Amino acid sequence: MSLAVNLSIAKTHLLSRKKQTLVAMLGVTFGIAMFTLMISFMQGVNQFLEDTMLSSTPDIHIYNDVKTDYSASVAAQYFKGEKVKVALHHPKPKEIQINIRNKDAIISDLKKNPAVLAVSPLLSTQVFYNYGPVQLNGFINGVNIIEEARLYDLGGKMTSGRPEDLLTMDNGMLMGAGLAEKLNMRTDDMVSLATPTGNTMQFRLVGIFQIGISAIDNVKSYVNLSAVQQLLGKDRNYITDINIKLRNNKEAIALAPGFEQKYRYKVESWETANGSVTASNLIRDVLTYVVSITLLVVAGFGIYNIMNMTIANKMKDIAILKAQGFARKDITQIFLSQSMVIGILGALTGIALGFLLSYALSRTPFPANNNFVSLKYFPVVFRPKHYLFGMAFGIGTTIVAGLMPAVKASNIDPVAILRG
Amino acid sequence: MLTAEHLNKYFYEPEKFQVLKDISLRVEKGEFVALTGKSGSGKSTLLYLLSTLDTDYEGSIRIHDALVTQMSQNALAHFRNEYIGFVFQFHFLLPEFTALENVMLPALKLGKYNRKDIEQRALGKLGLMGMDGYAHKQAAKLSGGQQQRIAIARALVNDPLLIMADEPTGNLDSANTQIVFDIFRDLARKGNTIIAVTHDTDFAANADRIVELVDGKIV
Repeated sequence: MSLAVNLSIAKTHLLSRKKQTLVAMLGVTFGIAMFTLMISFMQGVNQFLEDTMLSSTPDIHIYNDVKTDYSASVAAQYFKGEKVKVALHHPKPKEIQINIRNKDAIISDLKKNPAVLAVSPLLSTQVFYNYGPVQLNGFINGVNIIEEARLYDLGGKMTSGRPEDLLTMDNGMLMGAGLAEKLNMRTDDMVSLATPTGNTMQFRLVGIFQIGISAIDNVKSYVNLSAVQQLLGKDRNYITDINIKLRNNKEAIALAPGFEQKYRYKVESWETANGSVTASNLIRDVLTYVVSITLLVVAGFGIYNIMNMTIANKMKDIAILKAQGFARKDITQIFLSQSMVIGILGALTGIALGFLLSYALSRTPFPANNNFVSLKYFPVVFRPKHYLFGMAFGIGTTIVAGLMPAVKASNIDPVAILRG
Repeated sequence: MLTAEHLNKYFYEPEKFQVLKDISLRVEKGEFVALTGKSGSGKSTLLYLLSTLDTDYEGSIRIHDALVTQMSQNALAHFRNEYIGFVFQFHFLLPEFTALENVMLPALKLGKYNRKDIEQRALGKLGLMGMDGYAHKQAAKLSGGQQQRIAIARALVNDPLLIMADEPTGNLDSANTQIVFDIFRDLARKGNTIIAVTHDTDFAANADRIVELVDGKIV
């Protein structure tokens, strides 16, 4: 009963100064809308970057890290125990093998692991693409295309041909879209490759893929593993990398150290390999929260201000209410509920406006002049938890901002005012 | 009805000063007591003590067999709501509400009756004041005399045991003073217990008893 009476007084107060109420509410609306828009957009960017990155980075990458420690010398062995200082200048490494030696054992062991979805062995080399007078620098990946397609969902990224077409031809090639365009090649055209060591080989284009990152589409091609082995003059067991796709890529960072210990090769998770992306995700998140909190604090000050003014104007009303039997709790309720109404309405309209703005942004074409990424619209995600958080955030701010004036009002001494 | 014993009250600003000096007072049921005295004699201070609004004093006050001196602020708030009606020099109506809503508020707060009954009772009280025709007017839009009559209706809405009035005619012209005058005389005749602070001798003359304060003492 008492609450109903208090709320009806609060309602009358709010309605008797509609303009102020509206301004206070718009402060919250704007704050929450910006928060919703920013977090949806930033998370969209994060998501987009992560997706793009994962379309070219394996969840886990196993390779033979080239050791750069050449400090050991036979001279030191020779002079052992004698008072001789051995110093090496410009040591030259002897020819080193960067292949993974026990690849069959590793691959079959990985395939037994329940966390692993696909395993793709890889042999990669730098090449020059010759097509007529055009000569371009790039690289080719020798792969088992079926496994590789499972790793990166290549099937969905082909602009012509299919990944399986590679299997029908010994010297077939899948080429990045950018590269194919530069070389002016279509499927069934022949291209001649030259390795840094001088070997050359002819390939026939059977398909074109587009990952969406120009840095890859402009330089990369897939051929059969055996073709690269042949091109490099290596045997059929020679591979340099093993790429792994996990059922859940969040497990990568936890699994990597175990693999490294087990197989004694360098093992890298996608998060480590792309530390800069993870870092920039974090920076965007922090930025979003800093800007949103600033907006909400400003809105909070607005509410604090308006409630303080209201209470200053209502000293007499508060005094008479107290004289007539309204307790401190009632006075707090009357004024805090006004802030809360402003907060709830502001937060609701805020997330609605935030949704509209986010939707508009997600339909805004991304500037077409982009050579780096293929993006049609601004990336925006729509997640209920962002909206719930924005709602809670807005209401929380208004409660904090409204509490102080409300408590101040409840502490007013009626005698001082009623005596005049 | 009301018993006050050995009341002492000090003001501390700007320096310590004893406003009320060992005041004891009894008010019987149905009695109309006028508190008079010069400005600064402590008559208003005494009224605010008796009305439980001011709790910073020495001594004890009993109203209707309840020792209000020891009650908590919340209990006092409820006590005032149920048993005491206030009329001040200034009307203190809530300006955004209608006359009727202003009268209804203390009753809604008490919650003894449902909304419909409260509305009927409030209209009845307004009728007593001759103000029922203005029930749905916004309080801020009425004249000073009308506002004061609504304030009296508001004081009566919970049928209080005690009506406390602080210079109820102090802010009114002579015509309205006469009206409020008559209202109080009528209330007293109907058996209401009234304690009113006034410096108006004509008003005081209507009272059953005049209690005069001089320098914080009853003379």
